[in-house]
Amino acid sequence: MLRIEEHPILTFEKGKLVTFTFDGKELQGYEGDTIASALHAAGVKVMGHHHVSGRPRGFYCAIGNCGSCLMIVNGEPNVRVCVVPLEAGMVVETQNNRGDLL
Amino acid sequence: MREVDIAIVGGGPAGLMAADAAASNGASVLLLERDGHLGGQLVKQTHKFFGSEKQYASIRGVKIATILEEKLKEMSDLVEIWTNATALGLYEDGVLTVEKGKKFVKVKPKRIVVATGASEKFLTFVNNDLPGIYGAGAVQTLMNVNGVRPGQRVLMVGAGNIGLIVSYQLLQAGVKVAAIIDAAPTIGGYLVHASKIRRAGVPIITSHTVTRAYGKEAVEGATIVALDEKWQPLPGTEQELDVDVICISVGLSPLAELLWQAGCEMRYVPQLGGHVPVRDSLLKTTVDEIYIAGDLTGIEEASSAMVEGRLAGLAAASSLGFKSDSLEADILDCKEQLKSLRSGPVGDHINQGMALVMSDK
Repeated sequence: MLRIEEHPILTFEKGKLVTFTFDGKELQGYEGDTIASALHAAGVKVMGHHHVSGRPRGFYCAIGNCGSCLMIVNGEPNVRVCVVPLEAGMVVETQNNRGDLL
Repeated sequence: MREVDIAIVGGGPAGLMAADAAASNGASVLLLERDGHLGGQLVKQTHKFFGSEKQYASIRGVKIATILEEKLKEMSDLVEIWTNATALGLYEDGVLTVEKGKKFVKVKPKRIVVATGASEKFLTFVNNDLPGIYGAGAVQTLMNVNGVRPGQRVLMVGAGNIGLIVSYQLLQAGVKVAAIIDAAPTIGGYLVHASKIRRAGVPIITSHTVTRAYGKEAVEGATIVALDEKWQPLPGTEQELDVDVICISVGLSPLAELLWQAGCEMRYVPQLGGHVPVRDSLLKTTVDEIYIAGDLTGIEEASSAMVEGRLAGLAAASSLGFKSDSLEADILDCKEQLKSLRSGPVGDHINQGMALVMSDK
């Protein structure tokens, strides 16, 4: 279990439990999570694959700088999931290409 | 086109202080923050700050962010705050373009304080792109903001203050730290932090680096190796570590894209973390309307970012004629605080770097 339940300094007030899908599979996270933190807590580290080499990609900076965590969210590609808040019903998919808006 | 006296790009420690200083002297301020909340990286800093009372010493970073934000809210007649607003470009005619929510907005400020901060550096080793290899700041965000552990067992690469502090925070979150390694022969961070970690049973291994990560879809292990006095790997000293996270804490680079675009003169200064803008002692760049503050001026700590923010805010406001009676004294106070924060061996390094980009010595 990766969620921190007890901490000497911090208290984490969890938001509402929400359900979303990752590559078709139902997962749960909390309001207040980013998409990346909800995935990570659910044990998902691979967020995509490089469009040429196919090597797995996860987040690196977690503050929206590096662009390593791009995923397809509700059909929109290239979403930096490390800074986008999780919402109930989101459809999150692994991105394995450059992404196409048209 | 939105007009304002001073636009501030970045709502971290530097930007918050700049907004406070400028508005306290009577200037109208527009503060832009790309994230949904203010505070920048203060929000994940659960440790108590050093420095003096003026830099909120002995208060935890996360609390400082709240204090600064409250101060700004008391001046809401002069300070407008846009969160979820990313500065996209800064043009030669002084126009700042912003993505605000889903809208594209143009801003024409009389002065701009750029306080965009820094991004984490990376390290070269085999399989360094595997998921499970995270920047130290990312680990802090995940743990201290989102309440999620990065994994079960961590190799920390870098024994500077960030590496040491984040290691301690990992222990607080119930994560094992297999080792802290550093390529340098000595520990870079404060010994008070290092001792705390060692007392908790975490080895700090100097003159070592990581050469390889293992794993198919994510990190399952790492190889570290000893370095000789010329920083070359010593064959036969390889050790395998059973870890599922490799945390990279090897420094930061200033985020200066807007300044490049605006035509500010930039110089490469290793002591300051990379390319940084040439500036005068009031933090004005070579472009008259543009001021700078925080890690963008050179990588330091949040304490000096706050003082720089205040100085840049005061200077930008006074250049527009907004001056309180205490202006001269306030500016002098900022300079004295910076001098004191930059004393000691780490400060010497910073001062050497600063001397290379100061336009008015």
